Amino acid sequence: MTADEAKAQLDERVREMMTWHFSDETGCPFWLDWKKSVGWDPREEVKTYDDIVKFPHFQDEWLRDEKNERFVPNAYKGRPFNVFETGGTTGLPKQRVGWEDYKHDYEQFSHQLSDEFFPKGGNWIMVGPTGPRRLRLAVEHLANFRGGSCYHVDLDPRWVKKLIGRKEMDQVERYQAHVMEQSVEIIKHRDISCIFTTPKLLASIGERISISGHGIKGCFCGGTSMTPEYVRFLQEEVLEGKAQFVPTYGNTLMGLAVSIPEELKDNNYSVTYYAPQPRAVLRIVDPEKTEITKEYGEYGRVELTTLSHEFFMPRFLERDEAIRRKPHAKYAWDGVGDVRPFGALTGKVIEGVY
Amino acid sequence: MSAPHIPILRQGRVYKSLDVQTVPKLGTDEAAAEISFACADMIKYDLYKMDSARAALKKFSCQDLVDITKRAGEIFLNDDLPVGTEGALQSPEDYVLSLASTSGLPHALIRMNMKRLGGIFADIDVIFRGLTRGLDWAVLDKGYGEQGGAPVSFSATTSELAVILPSNSPAVNALWIPSIAMKVPVLLKPGREEPWTPWRIIQAFIKAGAPPEAFSLYPTQHDGSGAIIRRAGRVMLFGDDSTVKQYENDERIEVHGTGYSKFLIGEDEIENWEKYIDAIVESVSANSGRSCICTSTIVVPKYGDEIARAVAQRLAEIKPLAQDDPNAKLSGFANPMFAEWINEAVEKGLKAGGAVDVTAEFREGERFQQRDGMNYLQPTLIRVDSFDQELAIREFLFPFASVVECPQSEMLGKIGFSLVATAATRDIDWINQLFDCPDIDRLNIGNVPTNRIKWDQPHEGNLFEFLYTRRSFQFAEIA
Repeated sequence: MTADEAKAQLDERVREMMTWHFSDETGCPFWLDWKKSVGWDPREEVKTYDDIVKFPHFQDEWLRDEKNERFVPNAYKGRPFNVFETGGTTGLPKQRVGWEDYKHDYEQFSHQLSDEFFPKGGNWIMVGPTGPRRLRLAVEHLANFRGGSCYHVDLDPRWVKKLIGRKEMDQVERYQAHVMEQSVEIIKHRDISCIFTTPKLLASIGERISISGHGIKGCFCGGTSMTPEYVRFLQEEVLEGKAQFVPTYGNTLMGLAVSIPEELKDNNYSVTYYAPQPRAVLRIVDPEKTEITKEYGEYGRVELTTLSHEFFMPRFLERDEAIRRKPHAKYAWDGVGDVRPFGALTGKVIEGVY
Repeated sequence: MSAPHIPILRQGRVYKSLDVQTVPKLGTDEAAAEISFACADMIKYDLYKMDSARAALKKFSCQDLVDITKRAGEIFLNDDLPVGTEGALQSPEDYVLSLASTSGLPHALIRMNMKRLGGIFADIDVIFRGLTRGLDWAVLDKGYGEQGGAPVSFSATTSELAVILPSNSPAVNALWIPSIAMKVPVLLKPGREEPWTPWRIIQAFIKAGAPPEAFSLYPTQHDGSGAIIRRAGRVMLFGDDSTVKQYENDERIEVHGTGYSKFLIGEDEIENWEKYIDAIVESVSANSGRSCICTSTIVVPKYGDEIARAVAQRLAEIKPLAQDDPNAKLSGFANPMFAEWINEAVEKGLKAGGAVDVTAEFREGERFQQRDGMNYLQPTLIRVDSFDQELAIREFLFPFASVVECPQSEMLGKIGFSLVATAATRDIDWINQLFDCPDIDRLNIGNVPTNRIKWDQPHEGNLFEFLYTRRSFQFAEIA
């Protein structure tokens, strides 16, 4: 696919989604009411992705303040939905409803994985936030889709964030050790060839056992940002250069942006992520004037637009910043590189140790 | 010389990180050094492997390591040594210039600190003997032996001595140098503006024949320091009173905090107060007043005003000069904001009443000065009317002290913790009380400046007792 073809595909997707989400038969009460309140019809005015700036930024508070039923598209009316939570340490969490999206996203991701390092039929272990998170079902579906089963070890990131906020680092380490004990037992005593976990937990497992030495060939990793040096450390030392490290960028609202693991070393471990276009689009914007896209090679704030039949979310400003990178032969659209917490160089951000 | 790249040393192995930060020459945008930063998890991983570093040192006898340390001292002071990763060499003069460019220290002070460090290397046998109370070093080589006719055996409490170093005082490296002769590897986290001294000491040790595995150097961020503090077997760190409090019950951690060192004159000697002014001035101003062993409170039974004026007059002669001026004794601040914050704290104390800045009458200009792109604070002597005044017992990173009058009989009840106390007295009863005073860590009797310390005696803890524990043992015939 060329960049022009990718753009045409995305524009077509935008038109399809405008029709879907802003038609009475298929759209959800939230967006249909919104259309009435603003007095213009996105079906008429948003014809390409460039027009998406006509929407205001999606506010994730809406996912907490609105009832979930208001985000159910009329086309899905009557079908029970999954509730997935995102973020938050106190109070009512933000929630997203869904049906099949996570399956689509992770099946698409599965096609990007190497069969050498993520063997078909191999079992997985997921060490990380389970509970009400999309990731828990998604990773299990990924394992099943590839013909394997999935073991789970839970970690509650909200508790970890509270501990960090209170500077109880000893407690953080003890909780991490508790999670590690469970993980190591499973890895040692079950046939597992693939792992999903977060960067810090991966390092923590590697402190206790040789991960590749216990048969794990592939590691799909995400959840927090990683500096190039940290990616190098995970690949070369934690995985001993034997298992493949696949960094990803994503969340409950987007799906999964993928990297190109084969090129990590050649790129000095600077990771570029490509969104699952056309289902979701990442744009690097000027934080002060978010309608402006930054130039290639420049840092800016990450803006996410999700364009699925189940969920429409225009121009959500992530709490991250990244470098705008050029399209790649494998992914004919912009990538986002060296993601880090927004304002990382100016203020203190608790990103979590999980 | 172009800006060298200071790498991470992982048991002596050079590691260039992808996380590189530039340290500028103070007051300019020009790079003085590029520094590789280690991630916290890498340090955690390496800590698991420190047994092999200790094994490398254990192959040497203590006598060999003492000899190596002595040779390293000569090399540190005189030789061109590798700096960075590109094969460049650093002469002693290059070292002075590099450290001055990032720390703000005058060249003369750096040379003085070099000399002090050289003294530690040279006296390692005396120091080792002093800290072990004359132990035959063969006991450590063999694991057991006799001392004073009694059987003794010592085992190391750790495979590494980790040190979180500050940026403002190269002399603190003196604290870890003896660890090598004691066969305990070091893991150093340098201050951001001061990688130069630990790097050069390490290079000197290696050139002198020490095994490179014994030296780990991790420039790192706050989380890396946290990992070291939580994970290393023995840790030395430098901090304020809150840091001391935080770790007071952790036997792995030795915090070197504020010293609140004091110069006391007894009632029997107070009529001779003029004889002590030289020692007091040196005690307050040595090393630009930045050491915990510098006097911050002068306690006298009478003549407080006269003593304050005499000391203030002398301190006011110490002015911000060019860094390369051989007479420069005052250091600029690497972090320019520190000078402003400290100055504000002094002014706040003065406004509270009961305190007078006696130096204001003698010095040129305000306390806060700028020169050559750096911020300075001119020496300050405060006459306070009691120990209750908030500036009476304060310690700052510049030559600062208060003078307070107090009857001799009440002094020991009021001085509080004192890392060093010099007492000018011949009064045997009072000297006995001074020896019994639990608040005094190091005690000098007579005309001894508080900054002149002997390293063969414990300094904020005994390094040997920190690194080793005595075990009981018995030998018998095999049955």
